[in-house]
Amino acid sequence: MIINRFLAHVGRYFQLLGTAIARPEKASMYYRETMRQMNDIGVGSLVIVVLIAVFIGAVTAIQFAYQLQDSFVPRYYIGYIVRDTTIIELAPTITCLVLAGKVGSNLAAEIGGMRQKEHIDAMEIMGVNTAAYLIMPKIIGALIMIPMLVAIAAFVSILGGYLATVPVGLISHSEYELGVRSYFIPYNITLMFIKSFVFAFILTSVPCYQGYYVKGGSIELGRASTNAVVFSDILILLFDYLIAVVFT
Amino acid sequence: MIRTENLIKAFGDTTVLKGITTEFYPGKTNLIIGRSGAGKTVLLKLLVGLHKPTDGCVWYGDTDFFSLDKKAVRAIRMEVGMLFQASALFDSMTVEENVRFPLDMFTNMTAKEKLMQVNSCLERVSLEGANKKYPSETSGGMQKRVGIARAIVLDPKYLFCDEPNSGLDPKTSIVIDELIKDITVEKNITTVINTHDMNSVMEVGDNIILLYKGEITWRGSKEDVLESDNEYLQDFIFASPFLQRLRARALGK
Ligand SMILES: Nc1ncnc2c1ncn2[C@@H]1O[C@H](COP(=O)(O)OP(=O)(O)OP(=O)(O)O)[C@@H](O)[C@H]1O
Ligand SMILES: [Mg+2]
Repeated sequence: MIINRFLAHVGRYFQLLGTAIARPEKASMYYRETMRQMNDIGVGSLVIVVLIAVFIGAVTAIQFAYQLQDSFVPRYYIGYIVRDTTIIELAPTITCLVLAGKVGSNLAAEIGGMRQKEHIDAMEIMGVNTAAYLIMPKIIGALIMIPMLVAIAAFVSILGGYLATVPVGLISHSEYELGVRSYFIPYNITLMFIKSFVFAFILTSVPCYQGYYVKGGSIELGRASTNAVVFSDILILLFDYLIAVVFT
Repeated sequence: MIRTENLIKAFGDTTVLKGITTEFYPGKTNLIIGRSGAGKTVLLKLLVGLHKPTDGCVWYGDTDFFSLDKKAVRAIRMEVGMLFQASALFDSMTVEENVRFPLDMFTNMTAKEKLMQVNSCLERVSLEGANKKYPSETSGGMQKRVGIARAIVLDPKYLFCDEPNSGLDPKTSIVIDELIKDITVEKNITTVINTHDMNSVMEVGDNIILLYKGEITWRGSKEDVLESDNEYLQDFIFASPFLQRLRARALGK
């Protein structure tokens, strides 16, 4: 029973995405909508992403410094560890979990509201491919902006690690710098971008799906918005694991 | 012309429409009338494919609407204008942007041409100057008229109006009816109107079907209404004792 319902959702989700991949009726309308989304998703999330990134870096650095106490591991490893954990894991995953909450719930509510107020029906009657017009610009906007946000988050985290350790004297400026420059593997950056693309796709397509098929009234809209976030989060963590297994 | 063939629609256990077979003619205002809950909106939404029929067909000319693929459906819908019962205006856009939306989406007009077209449509529904207002800043009646302007902006071949005059005062209501009627005749549009407004029925009813409990219980034109002794029709049109007396007098009884 539950399996059936799950499979029905999966089928309908892919069907919706299939309809969404279509030639735009009017490129300029899609372009304008994509720009709006890039602004909403990218610029609109910059502050919270930076804020979170600073703390991720700071906490990672301080806790690693604490673990290194009285050990033989050189202290410059703090910079190295902060760099790698944030680039590989924390920057893409935490940023996207937070964005699933912020952007995902917003998208589900926006599209769900349009469904309930018959805006989607009205567009359908005009002959608009609503799946494409309402979903494609959001996914494209996210695929462009979210990897950038993640890259910024990774950079800011490393700064955060610095701010939490160097000024308070846990480690010197040159030690941190040495750590950040040690054992650098460019492939990790690739890994970070693979994760951000996949997560960006999840955290927009799942909420769009939830919103597009919403029924009922405000309670159902709230539930769709919550489901959008919960399912996106679960899928992000699942794919985090799968990417780790497959690509490393 | 649009034709329905034994159209049946059920939601779960309740069958809302029980076999509707009828025709809607071009250049005529075709009316679907009936009490609240009779299934008018459901029938209208079936005609444009917003509901899927449980059984039966809808024909647009020689095309079986529900046998078409999505692309062909969209091609037909480019020729369809629809006014929703709750207007369904895009609430984050101004009146002008609402009416312009189909032009933006489907035409290559310049900004100036679009503005002219939008303004001429707004003028037709007596809303000149309301361009920059948001739907939330307008009255229900104005929203209806914006909805009509948006529905006709692409010169549709088929026009569907769900309760175009509910929430309007009788005078404006008649203006809207005549407006729809004029556009219909002028452009030879197949217009289908849902209404429970007896003024509209008597004013613009070229081809009327009366829905009662999911079936067509009466059909005819406004000229036939007075003569008919169909109980449901009389009940519907002459709902108040006042109107019943008027009818009796008109018939010389
Ligand atoms: N999506 C739906 N699911 C279940 N039942 C529905 C649905 N839509 C309409 N109905 C039922 O169908 C019947 C007809 O509804 P409809 O909206 O067509 O009435 P109507 O004739 O348009 O009435 P009104 O004049 O009040 O708009 C109602 O009894 C309603 O409960
Ligand atoms: Mg109705």
